[in-house]
Amino acid sequence: MRWTLWIPLALFLFFLGVAGYQLTQPKDDTIPSQMVEKPLPEFELPAAVETMPGASRGDFIGGKPKLLNIWASWCLPCIAEAKQLEVLEKQGVEIIGIAIRDKPADVATFLERYGNPYTRIGADDISQLMLDLGASGVPETYVIDAQGTITYQHIGDIRLEHIPLLLEKLEEAAQ
Amino acid sequence: MMRAMFASVALIAMPLAAPGAAQDSMPPAPYAYKQLEDPVLEAQAKELMATLRCLTCQSQTIADSDAPMAGDMRHQVRSRIAAGQSPAQVREWLRASYGDYVSYEPEVSATTWPLFLIPLVFLFTVGLILWRRLRRGSAPEGDQA
Amino acid sequence: MIAEIGLAALWLAAALAALQLFAGALALKQGEGAEGNEDGHFAQLVRPAAITQALLAALAFVMLLWCFAITDLSVKLVVTNSHSMKPMLYKLTGTWGNHEGSMLLWVAVMALSGGLIAWLERRLPVRTMLATLATQGFVALGFYAFLILSSNPFERLPVPAPEGQGLNPLLQDIGLALHPPTLYIGYVGLSVAFSFALGALLTRQVTPEFARVMRPWVLGAWVFLTLGITAGSYWAYYELGWGGYWFWDPVENASLMPWLAATALLHSTSVLAARDALRTWTIMLGVVAFSMSMLGTFLVRSGVLTSVHAFAVDPERGSFILVLLALYIGGALTIFALRAHSISEGKRFAVSSRESALVFNNVMLSAILGVVLLGTLYPLLTEAFDVRVSVGPPYFNPVSAIFAVPMFLVMAVGPLLRWREDKPARVQIQLIVVSSAILGVLALVAVLGDYSLLATIGLALAVGLAIAAFLPLRGRRLTRVPLATWGMVLAHFGVAISLFGMASESAFTKERLAAMVAGESVSVADWQITLDGVDPIAGPNWTAMEARISASRGSAEPVAVTPQARTFWAPFQATSESALLTRWDGQLYAVLGDSAGVDAEGMQRWQVRVWWKPFVTFIWYGGLLISLGGALAIIGRLSADLKRRKAARRGAERRNEARALAAEMKEELV
Repeated sequence: MRWTLWIPLALFLFFLGVAGYQLTQPKDDTIPSQMVEKPLPEFELPAAVETMPGASRGDFIGGKPKLLNIWASWCLPCIAEAKQLEVLEKQGVEIIGIAIRDKPADVATFLERYGNPYTRIGADDISQLMLDLGASGVPETYVIDAQGTITYQHIGDIRLEHIPLLLEKLEEAAQ
Repeated sequence: MMRAMFASVALIAMPLAAPGAAQDSMPPAPYAYKQLEDPVLEAQAKELMATLRCLTCQSQTIADSDAPMAGDMRHQVRSRIAAGQSPAQVREWLRASYGDYVSYEPEVSATTWPLFLIPLVFLFTVGLILWRRLRRGSAPEGDQA
Repeated sequence: MIAEIGLAALWLAAALAALQLFAGALALKQGEGAEGNEDGHFAQLVRPAAITQALLAALAFVMLLWCFAITDLSVKLVVTNSHSMKPMLYKLTGTWGNHEGSMLLWVAVMALSGGLIAWLERRLPVRTMLATLATQGFVALGFYAFLILSSNPFERLPVPAPEGQGLNPLLQDIGLALHPPTLYIGYVGLSVAFSFALGALLTRQVTPEFARVMRPWVLGAWVFLTLGITAGSYWAYYELGWGGYWFWDPVENASLMPWLAATALLHSTSVLAARDALRTWTIMLGVVAFSMSMLGTFLVRSGVLTSVHAFAVDPERGSFILVLLALYIGGALTIFALRAHSISEGKRFAVSSRESALVFNNVMLSAILGVVLLGTLYPLLTEAFDVRVSVGPPYFNPVSAIFAVPMFLVMAVGPLLRWREDKPARVQIQLIVVSSAILGVLALVAVLGDYSLLATIGLALAVGLAIAAFLPLRGRRLTRVPLATWGMVLAHFGVAISLFGMASESAFTKERLAAMVAGESVSVADWQITLDGVDPIAGPNWTAMEARISASRGSAEPVAVTPQARTFWAPFQATSESALLTRWDGQLYAVLGDSAGVDAEGMQRWQVRVWWKPFVTFIWYGGLLISLGGALAIIGRLSADLKRRKAARRGAERRNEARALAAEMKEELV
């Protein structure tokens, strides 16, 4: 009996193992950002609505850690997320919004209809900051500490159960 | 996870909950659908775009996608190359924020070395098989296992 | 009723597949068939079971077609995949435009192939035949179980739906309607080759006769796979709207891998048939080729890898396919490991001979297969460790070229060599012609412009191969050349043509992106493109914006092309219909994109993308030539075989007559 004849079977069993394991795993389509633990990239975005100031990196420096929320008025999960952002705002969290590829009128309508938890909203019309941040979709939320370092990335809309986690991450960033 | 991907609706049969509502209406970034004047730079940009993954699409490069984010990425690639960056620098910039996943061109690293080692093993095996089967001078007749 | 008849036929077919398996296995176990007849208790059941199973499976498929044709809205599959307003053609093609229906098509074709073998094939030893049909029954049984237990196409709804949900608009296209069944037929052909290989391995009858019996099936599978890949690639090219024809996407690789294995198998079968060598290698390739089609099915339907090509994915079905894969391939590889050492590999070869060139080609094809397999599965492996990587064209192109370039070089020479042993000096002139053609083009392209290395090598090899393809005909009377040889010549020429198309597309394509207002013109290559206007139009189940573009080349009359951006409403989806203008030396490819706002004068601007792709059509012409070559080879081999058998029968009759005459004379003498 030649041992080389067993190689195909061995390779096949290895494949079966990996494929079988992967089938049992929930399909994770998220693409985590590599910017976590790194400084927030330099940016300076104009205001997304006339009534509110735009946003820049400087706005995150100093004071308490803040949330950077990437959203858009055309994004359906952002509607679902709006309530949770309000809750966070009521708890004293400062949220700076970045509106992706959005028109001022649409942004204003959205804020009117679903509430405005933001202190500032920058308009990112060409996904510039999004690409710098390593964000691959809307919405995404980042925890930024007072030194301007990204400490946590939340991918997707914020559900009720995520609020304690985000508060905890903000807490951690404050230390 | 329910999330508004900038799904490239042209490609996947993903029924949208509210047709049209999940599409933004902003015009694309300047260089999303515009070529660079300089053909040499455009060729460089084109070659690079064909090797970058559109992050909101299902397995497409940004050179083959109508997704808005792919357009924005094309704009970044073209404008950075026009500003004098090399394709390698642009790729590095994206890898810094998205990791290896964004590039279709794997580089030898701690996670990808087998991709390069195994073809070398193939090469060696191919040589071995051919050498054993086709040894010059060995009698061409006679059963040998 | 119709759906119930279909389901009943499916159950009965499954039962017969079980009978085929167990009767075959028991017959082998009891030693039946050793004397060369099939009169054994169990052996006599096997062929009739296979034939009846084929009829029942076909009946089940026809019943499903019927449900779709009349849009029976009490059947769940019809509701989820059809719509009463859809054109009849797409109602019918919708039958296999979904998971359940396509699996039913698969088993129906498989059962029909098994039935055909059972009915007609009489060349192999009885025991090998029994083992082959038993294996075929085993494979079929798994698929029946899959269909009945987890993918029942005939499932009824408790309450009929008022209207169907429609078919994915991308599938409402004749190219795509034909592409999947073509591939399935190819996959099924490989399952037949697998059954033959296992039958031969189990009964240790790996003989040239076995190779000859298996060869038409491998060739047939290969022809259909080639057609399927060609059609799929052309479909992606005109439907995806960016002019790409191959993306090294997992789903594409899933169809390429069986093709590579089948190509290798095809050539090793030739060596086995002609020289009685490469026995275990051929068996191994038979197993590998079918594994690749099963693996492809798994990758495509389980959703473990993301792909640009839409498929309804379902991890549960994925698990089922994985279990089947484990049973078939794990089983086959175990038998291979246990048995293969008792089959000698056969003769060794002289370096300069036809068979050594074929071995070289086989090894290189296997290596390319290995590279594609590695690149496709590697992301799956790293994801198990939560690392995501992308493997794409910049990996696949150069790494597979390492093996492909030497293979093409040997492919130019191999067909010129004789079997057993040949002197290179005999083909000296041909070698000089081919190599000077390759070097000449290489130099020419290098001088003309700055093109990528792979494209340059591709162009040179393509020209060399195109010349080399016809050299085997040199000095022969063309009317006397066997059909199978013509098949080889055409297929090899097709490879050259395809390669030329790919290299030319990659090197010479000209692209023009523009935001245009009506009346504006742009130029691409030597074409002048004018946007005359953009209008809304409506189709049966879509609306669209249609651009009227006139394209003129040089001073020729302008030709109108009308690319569309379509929106389907059932289900909601946007697609782009590119407009193609085919010339002998290439294709003009125009796409209408989104509106691009208004210009300074308030005129509406539109995104227009135009490409001039020199010789791009050669890619698919080559694919068609390859298939045609394969088809000629099948006809040639089969008719030669029939002739040979007729002659043998006549010879035997004559011998019998002579013997009878002699006996008579002896009697008279006595």
